[in-house]
Amino acid sequence: MLSYPFMQNAYMAGTLIAIISGIMGVFVIARNMSFLTHTLSEIGFAGAAFGIFMGWQPLNGMLLFTTISSIGVGELGAKSSRRENSITAISALAIGLGILFLSLADSNASYATGILFGSVIGISRANVVQMVILSVSVLVVVMVIYRYLKFDSFDPIGAQVKGLWTRTLSVIFLVLLAFSVSVAAQIVGSLLIFILLTLPAAAAKYFAHTVGMMISVAVAFSLIGVWLGLYLSYVTNWPVSFFIAVIEVIFYFSALVYQRMRA
Amino acid sequence: MTESILQLKQLSFAFPDKQVLKNLNYDLKRGDFLSIVGENGVGKTTLMRLILQELKPTSGTLDFLPNRQAVPVGYVPQFRNIDAEYPLSIQDFVGLNFAKIGVPWLTAKERQRVTEILTETKLFNIRRRPLGQASGGEKQKAYLAQALLDRPSLLILDESTASLDPVAKTELLDLVKQINENQQLTVIFVTHDIPLARRYADHYLFLSPGQYEAGNISDLTNEKVGEMNNA
Repeated sequence: MLSYPFMQNAYMAGTLIAIISGIMGVFVIARNMSFLTHTLSEIGFAGAAFGIFMGWQPLNGMLLFTTISSIGVGELGAKSSRRENSITAISALAIGLGILFLSLADSNASYATGILFGSVIGISRANVVQMVILSVSVLVVVMVIYRYLKFDSFDPIGAQVKGLWTRTLSVIFLVLLAFSVSVAAQIVGSLLIFILLTLPAAAAKYFAHTVGMMISVAVAFSLIGVWLGLYLSYVTNWPVSFFIAVIEVIFYFSALVYQRMRA
Repeated sequence: MTESILQLKQLSFAFPDKQVLKNLNYDLKRGDFLSIVGENGVGKTTLMRLILQELKPTSGTLDFLPNRQAVPVGYVPQFRNIDAEYPLSIQDFVGLNFAKIGVPWLTAKERQRVTEILTETKLFNIRRRPLGQASGGEKQKAYLAQALLDRPSLLILDESTASLDPVAKTELLDLVKQINENQQLTVIFVTHDIPLARRYADHYLFLSPGQYEAGNISDLTNEKVGEMNNA
């Protein structure tokens, strides 16, 4: 299996995606941003479709749309009373735009399914290099602001009292999330990206009680899901995102059962 | 003479539709245990937000002495969004307050300080317990430990005992009083509970609509409370 270059690329990309998703996911869960992550993935779909329409790499279109909108979405979602409705409105617009761009680009249906549901064979070595650069950038920034991000995510009242620049942190986090969504969408697709950015971390919080341990467990769950999903996809020729979704859902519900048994 | 660390001069604050504080003067000395009392809506929380610099005075001044940087403030609120599924251990929660840019992990010295403060607040034996599963009193002690971690000069307890049972209230305030006396920590204790204020505070600042009164805690008699509330 690993003698095929496309599978090597898929495993390299998948490993990066799992690491980034596990780390970012812990903060997504702590900041209650699962829904926003889902919206960013739909914006990513519109961006990828725009990229195809413009004749660019879909990843570049995705990066453009998710990065710009991450800031706007953060501002719109600042007031909890209107957060869900604002985010739903933006999701609807993004999906509509995505469909429009695909239609204007006159691309075939396989392009659309590739963006929405991800693809194992669609990842080139050049894509992998681009993903490495993006992932390393996200990791470096997270490491530098790690303690601030930890405080603001797990105790926003304490962070505010301490005088941390919480608003700026929030914007930085959303931009990092936009990068992560764009990277992760390459394999699992924009429709299912929130699986990797939420479920492993949501499960990890039942097994670990420090932020560092939560990140380790979330990365482990993501890696198992991606590696096993890629293998099963190769063997069965079924979509990789299906297997990743099933594996991560099993992890999540097992974590809930484990928590209930301990209580 | 004990030095002042916070001076309020003719301090006033008004929201667009309501005057809350008017010409408030107070000189807070280092090592004092000041209780701020008064009914709901008289401006206790507004005053705390002014001290925490979340609001700016409409007129008058509020000055830290010799300057703001010289008076680090620790704040313990009544509530935090900590539900039963909150995952962090008490130890990890307390350590959050060592927030700085750069090295992601705590240094040996910082870890040692976390251990010290957990011991001092009697949380060391339950340090690995998830905060979400701690009792109300243990949670408040964890908030206190986090606020004390970087050695503040001024500690604000903002209705921090309001949701606690009598035993937990006493335990928490005994602890704060001990640190206040041993380490010259200045404490502002905001409360509705006049008997509790009498038991622990040195001075009081009684806020009532549009006016205030300050003095030694022994002068805060029931008659005075009645007079102020009816004024």
